[in-house]
Amino acid sequence: MQRTPAARARGISKYYGDVVALDGVDLDIEPGRVHGLVGPNGAGKTTLLGLLLGVATADAGTLEILGRPVGRSLAVANRVGGFIDGPGLYPSLTARQNLTALAALRGIRSGRHERVLAALEQAGLTEVADVRVRGYSLGMRQRLGLAAASLSRPRLLVLDEPTNGLDPAGKRRVHRVIEELTDDGVAVVLSSHRMDDLASVCADVSILVTGRVVFSGPLEKLAAESGEVDYRLVTSDPDRARAIAATTPGIRPVRPETGPRAGALVLRGPVPSLDVLVNRLVEAGVAVRELAPVVGPLEAAFLALTGGHADEDGAA
Amino acid sequence: MTATLAPPDDRLRPAPLLPVLRFELTKLLTQWRIRIVLLACLVAPGCFVAVVSSQSSLPTDTVFGRWMHATGWAGSLVVLAFACSWGLPLLTSLVAGDVFAAEDRLGTWRHFLVAVRSPRRIFLAKATASLGVILLMVTALCVSGTAGGLLTVGSHPLVGLDGHPLSTGDAARVVLVAWSCVLAPTLAFAAVGLLGSVVLRRSPMGLLVPALLALAMNLALVLPVPVGVRLTMPSNAFLAWRGLFNAPTQIGPLLVGIAVSLSWAVVATGAAYLLFVRRDFSDLAYDGAGRRTVATAALPLAALLAVTALAVGALVPARDSGIDEHKLEASMSTAYAHLYRLQTQVLHRPAVTESQLHTRTVCDKGGDRVADRGPGNDWRCVVSWRLPGATAVGSAIYQLDVTADGRYVADGDGPKEVNGFFPVRTPSGDAPNPLWQFDGYVDLL
Repeated sequence: MQRTPAARARGISKYYGDVVALDGVDLDIEPGRVHGLVGPNGAGKTTLLGLLLGVATADAGTLEILGRPVGRSLAVANRVGGFIDGPGLYPSLTARQNLTALAALRGIRSGRHERVLAALEQAGLTEVADVRVRGYSLGMRQRLGLAAASLSRPRLLVLDEPTNGLDPAGKRRVHRVIEELTDDGVAVVLSSHRMDDLASVCADVSILVTGRVVFSGPLEKLAAESGEVDYRLVTSDPDRARAIAATTPGIRPVRPETGPRAGALVLRGPVPSLDVLVNRLVEAGVAVRELAPVVGPLEAAFLALTGGHADEDGAA
Repeated sequence: MTATLAPPDDRLRPAPLLPVLRFELTKLLTQWRIRIVLLACLVAPGCFVAVVSSQSSLPTDTVFGRWMHATGWAGSLVVLAFACSWGLPLLTSLVAGDVFAAEDRLGTWRHFLVAVRSPRRIFLAKATASLGVILLMVTALCVSGTAGGLLTVGSHPLVGLDGHPLSTGDAARVVLVAWSCVLAPTLAFAAVGLLGSVVLRRSPMGLLVPALLALAMNLALVLPVPVGVRLTMPSNAFLAWRGLFNAPTQIGPLLVGIAVSLSWAVVATGAAYLLFVRRDFSDLAYDGAGRRTVATAALPLAALLAVTALAVGALVPARDSGIDEHKLEASMSTAYAHLYRLQTQVLHRPAVTESQLHTRTVCDKGGDRVADRGPGNDWRCVVSWRLPGATAVGSAIYQLDVTADGRYVADGDGPKEVNGFFPVRTPSGDAPNPLWQFDGYVDLL
């Protein structure tokens, strides 16, 4: 059976005056998969999410949502949900009031009360359901926003940085909800500035740079395109380790680390050469305490494609 | 893996209007600011009227203020007069001026638009909800002021602005009509508030637009501008209800005021609607009103002002202030005759009718060197009358302070037996002298 994309964009362009926000973007969002959008600030992520959600119309190109072409009017199919630029909640209302009103707007008549309760339960907010949202932490608001977005059981869910401001437990909870949704066949599009976030939940990724898609495809393909990455080597004897690394075939010392990580070496080379290096260090009596990529392969690919610079903490 | 999409309910279907409207009302009524204002509208006028009615000093500078001891209906009209000065434009600022801007401030537009899927319905729901809340506040003001007066003083006949008595039933009816008439200019300012809220977004200026417009118009109305200009402003309808308390009713300025106000409401709402449905909600960088947008919003109102001025100019003959000695003389004669009859009743003298008095008035403004026209506090009128069967002609002198809106306060200047003192002696004790000082209203048309 032919698989219908949840969203399909061809040659989408969007302008704000003289500013080109999107320039000929092609995109395919598959059902049952999480598609990450990543790019530097101003790359056009939010604009693209806005087109998918129907809060804006493209100036050129074609866009199909759930198999239906989107016209020039601000409207999208019923089974599309999500949020951009924050979860969009009303602070003077309680979580229950927010969700109940949203359910009414979405035309949910039968079992509205149960749906709201289930959404609150899923977001872990049952205990504070009748507290005004102005008293919520950022993480609680994010979770409530996700609950609101998934309340109408959308087939396409568009989320703008859904884990922003969440602690690790909160992130895990959000990721779990997203996985449950994709298991049900929901297509999820989410944007993030953090490649590690995307890597843990996305199956596909599109990288946007100044309004253009520079990569779109499965995460594994992106990782494969990253090529050689830099590794950090921490040993018991940095001087001897540097000397051994310099004579190991395929290994190129890049630079010594400075600052808090002074004494570590940054090397580049294929994985088999790194294996040889580790063996030689052990034979020479040098203890290997750490050998790990300076940045992840996905992030390395991202930086290579966007022309960015490596950041030690892994944020892009 | 295979998957199927496009279930049957994937059609483009905006949210029904009723839930959107209910949501808008919920959002408005859960705001502390709105709740406090609504509570104040419900409590403050009643308390004010009750307290003032219980004191010896009355707000005589406010129309009907001097009658607050006499009847509870006067309290409602004093509240109406205060509300028309600032209260109602401020209410429209607080509600309509913020109804769109609040979504910008909270960052909820995209969320709301995705849920409703129809900017048109959002606009309709927001406009209707804000209008409903404003009407609720106006109703609260009316009910509270009226209840405060009736509970404190009681339901007694009211004296109109030409001195004629209104029975309690008539007073109730005319007070209700007066409150209803000010809904038209309230609508106009609410529409301007909607427009400001759509155009200026999260800027505080959006909230202030109706209040600033009311300030500008109130200042203009204080000046002796020609009647044709005065009638082009919706604020004029906040004053024109006073004509209901004359006999015959001064209906002309009221109808013009209502028509002008409704025109403003339609044009401002239409402009707000067009600007709103054309808004691009995806542009995060745009935060506020560009000159072009402001001009787009201001131009229709400026054009309306010009068209109204032309139309009113063609319909209304008066090109000056609309106040001259003939109008004042007629108004004073009528008011004096009615009030003389009332004084006769208070003093338990033999009954007399207005027509038997043959009242005549001669007015002069500022002596021979000043033209007898226009507002000012230098008007002097001499009223003469003759009692049935008497050969002598009585006369009384009044100093008049005439304001540009046609209202005047006549202050008795003798003889002391007629209008010289505030109290008059009656067999049952002292009573207020209705001829000592009274309000009147000149038809500017």
